[in-house]
Amino acid sequence: MLDRLNFPQPCLSLILFVVWQVLSDGVSGASVVMGLMLAWLIPRLTHGFWPERPPFRKPWKMAGYLLLVTRDIVTASIAVTRLILTPGRPRPVFISYPLTLQNPLAISMLASTISLTPGTVSADVSDDNKLLLIHSLDTEDEQKVIDTIRNRYESRLLEMFQ
Amino acid sequence: MNQALEILLSILLLTGGFFTLAGAIGLARLPDFYTRLHGPTKATTLGVGAIMISSLIYFSVTEGSINMTEILIMVFLVLTAPVSANMMAKAAMHIGVRTTEETRGQGWDQ
Repeated sequence: MLDRLNFPQPCLSLILFVVWQVLSDGVSGASVVMGLMLAWLIPRLTHGFWPERPPFRKPWKMAGYLLLVTRDIVTASIAVTRLILTPGRPRPVFISYPLTLQNPLAISMLASTISLTPGTVSADVSDDNKLLLIHSLDTEDEQKVIDTIRNRYESRLLEMFQ
Repeated sequence: MNQALEILLSILLLTGGFFTLAGAIGLARLPDFYTRLHGPTKATTLGVGAIMISSLIYFSVTEGSINMTEILIMVFLVLTAPVSANMMAKAAMHIGVRTTEETRGQGWDQ
């Protein structure tokens, strides 16, 4: 019984615990007990869904990456808003983006980044994890979008995950 | 609360409202399902973000303690918006939703 009381994923457990403390509006006895229970139970229940943990090198680069993405979200929103509010029809296009990243977690991070930034939504990943289908709202040159993603985001993720 | 802070909060709220409204107009104006996906993932993220920052500042100043819930709302929003957009796009390709005639390239379904 007691040997089951461990935390197989310490990072996830810690995050869950902290998030619960923040959600429950101040640390109290009850919130600590509840937080510990959740930190123990949730990693256990979701264990099967977690892909192999990738080698995560240079974690300090993550802060810079998040800043870059935040800045791009702001410029993306302004660009999309301008497109919505000005007359004239957008030129949408589906782009197949050849992935260099191999790790599933890194690919999902790239896909999320693409969805949050300028005029692009990632729609699907091919079964062999080699192609990412992107829908772009207003693009003239597909190659330019691919180059931007490759140089701006994927190269940085490659540094961190491979 | 001093006046400079009030002006800052008003600007943040107006910005947030403007981008949320633009996202809603986008839903009505854009030509097909795939282009409409772009509204909620971007314009709205920034809109809600601005409103949350103003709420964070207001309650931190009036109650004198930092209120972390707003930061969590933003984190969850940024984590979930791309996932839901991705699922909707996949579902749309699966049932073969039509694109506008201007669209180049094709979606795939596997």
